[in-house]
Amino acid sequence: MSAVAETPVAAVADARKAGDWLLIATAILLGVWVLLPIYLLIVNALSSPDQVTAFPKRFFPSFDLGSLSFFINFAGVARALWNSVLVATLTMILAIGFGAPAGYALSRFDFPGKGSFRFLVLMTRAFPLPLLALPLAVMFIRTGLDDTAIGLALVHTTLALPFAVLITFSLFSGIPVELEEAAWTLGCTRWQAFRKVILPLALPGIAASAVFAFTISWNEVFAAAVLTIENRTLTAFLLQSLGESPLYLKFAGGAALVVPALIFIFAVRKYLFAMWGIANR
Amino acid sequence: MAEIAIKGVAKRFGGFTALHQVDLTISDQEFMVLLGASGCGKTTLLRIVAGLERPSQGEVWIGGRRVDHLPPRERGIAMVFQNYAVFPHLTVFENIAFGLRMKKLPQQEVERRVNRTAELMHIEQLLKRYSGQLSGGQRQRVAVARALAMEPDVILMDEPLSNLDALLRLEMRAELKGVLAASKTTTIYVTHDQVEAMSLADRIAVMHQGRIVQAASPVEVYRNPAARFVGSFIGNPPMNFIPATKAANGSWTVAGLTLPGPSLDKQKLEFAIRPEDVDAGAEGLHATVRVIEPLGPHTLVTCDVEGGLFRAILDSNASIQVGDDLRLAPKPDRIRWFDPETTNAL
Repeated sequence: MSAVAETPVAAVADARKAGDWLLIATAILLGVWVLLPIYLLIVNALSSPDQVTAFPKRFFPSFDLGSLSFFINFAGVARALWNSVLVATLTMILAIGFGAPAGYALSRFDFPGKGSFRFLVLMTRAFPLPLLALPLAVMFIRTGLDDTAIGLALVHTTLALPFAVLITFSLFSGIPVELEEAAWTLGCTRWQAFRKVILPLALPGIAASAVFAFTISWNEVFAAAVLTIENRTLTAFLLQSLGESPLYLKFAGGAALVVPALIFIFAVRKYLFAMWGIANR
Repeated sequence: MAEIAIKGVAKRFGGFTALHQVDLTISDQEFMVLLGASGCGKTTLLRIVAGLERPSQGEVWIGGRRVDHLPPRERGIAMVFQNYAVFPHLTVFENIAFGLRMKKLPQQEVERRVNRTAELMHIEQLLKRYSGQLSGGQRQRVAVARALAMEPDVILMDEPLSNLDALLRLEMRAELKGVLAASKTTTIYVTHDQVEAMSLADRIAVMHQGRIVQAASPVEVYRNPAARFVGSFIGNPPMNFIPATKAANGSWTVAGLTLPGPSLDKQKLEFAIRPEDVDAGAEGLHATVRVIEPLGPHTLVTCDVEGGLFRAILDSNASIQVGDDLRLAPKPDRIRWFDPETTNAL
């Protein structure tokens, strides 16, 4: 006890300062870790083919849209892009259609097996997709779901569903049950109370959860590559065709994939933080 | 006309019995307060009347109609919640109008009722605001206005003042009493605050461990507790209890004093007296002073009587020292006797 009490104030201040520096350094390191690849991707996507291979690199891109426009006009890209949007939209609808009612049920009702249900929802993320891909492909071929948007959307829904359930669960839990009860006593049926009181309050969060489901599908490549042949999504298409393409085209394709996903996630970050229990601003 | 009859209502949550066979009749326009410590079942009983909870058995009647199978919206009730439950996505106006719009009243009538109740609750200047822009007291006013606008037969209130600070609570209490008396509705009001209960109620139903121990007027509950629990729960400080032993038929010995009491074939009873119903004198209960707390108008004296604590409220002029031996004379007409086994009043 006395040793602590006698520690010079200056030493404590030094230790605190060192701690501050450590924190800042770690933050910078992590920031660079995430931001540098994105930066390089965008710089190279916006540079002319010569500049991509040239050395030294320029810090600012030349805003040469040559590689991007070449990429957009590349045969099959438009179709793959359309497939990606279609699959992601289907995934979004399915994930919210199933996930939001499940989230509501988890937050409002006590039913036997509630705890295990929540655990199982998370457990679905524990199986690596490659493990499931082969049996899934066989099953899909048998049922005729292979190489269709709905088939792939089903797989992506299983990936997105746990998040949809957990985000909407925390969303509905954050809305006091008394609001619903007050609506009942004021003349609402269960459904009216949900539509007039709960839905307006939950809608921004549900939209965020939908966007997140969309992004999960948009980014997914493994199932897309295994389960589609003709109707490839953008990720699967790029994996297949950009392998042998020149470097500047790879960068353009990468940017086309990453930027929309980044924008989506940025738009809904508040709700994702809320889901993980971090105070949001 | 909305008489409420609760007949043999019981509620079990799994293995836990929250309410045992509760019977209570509340007459039209009566202000009934359900009073009890937390966990006594008072809120559960209110929620069963509201239809937010289903009774495990028993019947609820409102205005001569059996309602226990009906959803809340068909019971002719309005409810005020402890945390106000003001809809955050609607303005104050739309909050008050919410139930009226559900009834599909014409716009003119909606406006008339919203303005009237807003005026009644002194929130007419807040009608355009959202819940987030209101203080706790203002939100409470909106919640009450929303219930009153429905012009219900029955208003149910679940600790509506407990989230307000002390001064505001006092102000709202007086206001609520006036507003509800004028609205001529039957009211059930749940609280754990005995002062609130005493000041508001026409009748108080004291609840303990899922049972109604006594339902009577505030003065009756205070003066003639039906059970030991009521005496020890109501009153600040609560009633004093001292064991009594039989001296002769119809006379009992209490802390060195022999008093006339009930003639019973029992050896032991419990003597009870309110702290303000004793006087320091030459004859009385033998008491040793432990603590003296001057409170201004009177002095609260905590004594040792027969090895138990005894509180007396005495005149502040009395010159008493810690350690003094007092003789506390109980006022004969205020003495109450309890059966130590059943804890019921005799």
